[in-house]
Amino acid sequence: MNRTRENSWLILIAVLGVVFLIGAPQVLELFTIINLTTAIALALLALSLGLIWGFGGILCFGQSTFFGIGAYAYVVSAINFGGTSWAVVVAVLVAAAFAAVLGYFMFYGRVSDVYLGVITLTVSLIFYNLMRRTSGPEYKIGDAQLGGFNGMNAPPLNMPGDASWILFPEDVFYVAMAALIIGYFLCVWLIRSHFGRVAVAIRENELRAELVGYDVRLHKLILFAIGGGLAGAAGVLFANGVGRITPDVFNLYNAALTIIWVIVGGRGTLIGPILGAFGLFYLISSLGQQASINNNLVLGVILVVFVLLVPRGIVPSVIDLWDRRRGRRGAFARQGRRRRSRSPRKAETHHEG
Amino acid sequence: MDLYLALALQIVYGIANLVLISLGLAIIFGMMRVINLAHGEFLMLGGYTVVVSTNAGLNIWIAMLILAPLVVGIIGVIVERVMIRFLYGRMVDTLLATWGLSLVLIGLVTTIFGAQTATSISPPLGAIQIGEFTSSGYELFLIGVTAVLSILAYCALKYTRIGLIARGTMQGAEIASALGVSTSRTYAITFGVGAAVSGLAGGLLAPITGVLPSIGATYIAKAFITVISGGTAILAGTLSASTLLGGVNSVLSYITGPTMGEVGLLVVAIVLLRLMPQGITARLFRRSL
Repeated sequence: MNRTRENSWLILIAVLGVVFLIGAPQVLELFTIINLTTAIALALLALSLGLIWGFGGILCFGQSTFFGIGAYAYVVSAINFGGTSWAVVVAVLVAAAFAAVLGYFMFYGRVSDVYLGVITLTVSLIFYNLMRRTSGPEYKIGDAQLGGFNGMNAPPLNMPGDASWILFPEDVFYVAMAALIIGYFLCVWLIRSHFGRVAVAIRENELRAELVGYDVRLHKLILFAIGGGLAGAAGVLFANGVGRITPDVFNLYNAALTIIWVIVGGRGTLIGPILGAFGLFYLISSLGQQASINNNLVLGVILVVFVLLVPRGIVPSVIDLWDRRRGRRGAFARQGRRRRSRSPRKAETHHEG
Repeated sequence: MDLYLALALQIVYGIANLVLISLGLAIIFGMMRVINLAHGEFLMLGGYTVVVSTNAGLNIWIAMLILAPLVVGIIGVIVERVMIRFLYGRMVDTLLATWGLSLVLIGLVTTIFGAQTATSISPPLGAIQIGEFTSSGYELFLIGVTAVLSILAYCALKYTRIGLIARGTMQGAEIASALGVSTSRTYAITFGVGAAVSGLAGGLLAPITGVLPSIGATYIAKAFITVISGGTAILAGTLSASTLLGGVNSVLSYITGPTMGEVGLLVVAIVLLRLMPQGITARLFRRSL
């Protein structure tokens, strides 16, 4: 995709986003709006994984860990501070800091990408086991009881600086949608910046980027921490959309779901994961009404089918199809070929170690 | 004195437990460099095999020691033929596909048996007395089975022709295939054997833990971290990592309760990987199996 065409796409996305932001509360019912807030939070989580996996090549299977940590940090600090103004900041910072600490051990240990995926997944599962066991009264942080399996109620957002001015659900929707739009364009800006181009260079060939003189470990660490912070922000919105936070955010199902959004939407794009998250959110909520088909089964089949048949995801495939019909050589087709030719060599380097 | 003996037994059991739940995963990982994310579901299927067949009147020992590995092993071979073999060389995609498989298996079992515990079975072998402490005889039996399993795996790898082929394929798949070994068949058998060992482990643990469609998730965190910390040497890796992590887990659990045990295990593993990113056996015991 060349830059002018990409820019016109971005303008279109911005216009659609703002129209949705302003228009949705006018035409939709309140119940739908509250549901949409949750979907937007999940889309922001998908965006964070789309950023670090699609552009940094960091295979994080436990992105929902940072999401959950953000949500828990938000609730705990909102209860302790008696207002949410600083709790939001704390949540994002705690999630980013945790990602940075975990990332330090993984990137500076030069753990390979497959290991990285499994380690991040393990961290998520251990958080799940840990938080489930915190039901006793002795498990509290300040005034906040962690609540074990039942989780804790999330105080709703208030106007920054005024703890008595609690936002209505419609207002929370505005905040969430605005956060998604801002987050999206921050990511676009980030991957167009010098830092982002280095990150893509590392994704394409780590050794080459290192030989050219970039500190691969530091770049990955920073990108991972940014992704963690973004996921933490998504967690804050999620806690607001659902109204409570339980250890279930850390479970295997949610970790898989996050990966599936990105796979279905498409790696290497930012809008793909967002659309994937929205699409699957509505698929699952419509499946939820008829109990005969199990959600795990549907998700598993989707994941296997996409990995085997549509490994690049929907958005890149559609862009390619569009380009080919218009006689252009697709940007993603080139990328896809390069990736395939690289993979056997990658397996070999792993063999040595 | 009795306290120390009971405590030592607990630690050994903690280690044996880790070896048991990780060995099937380690076999597949050591041979094929594939982390099987459906590992927990293989354990779960082994557990269901035992519970269902025991409730149908089969002798529990036959169900645990023969039927569970057989059923899950066959499932493993089918999975390898239908799915995994198309993805060799694409490690990330293999991971994702086995994850999809794990969800499918959870979904299928939930649809068939329901989301709640199927009727559980009580562990055979009663309690045994160590001075004033009691310990479960079944735990002792599990320690024994784990030891036998490890020795069997060692002998099979070291002294049989199949073991030789397996070791050759591990060291260099291309050269093994140039020498006339059918690598695709070796991989299919390995995957089946790994699945069978997982099924055996799941079956053996079913009387203690009960069975649930989602029970795999409680095993895999520990199994993954053990196998990754151990590195690619199947036995030396699993045993050394299990000893370290299982020891830490048991001691911490004894001091502070089960919550911190797992966290301690994770922290130790992550620090370990900072020091030895390819696992223990990439640094120590290099020429071992």
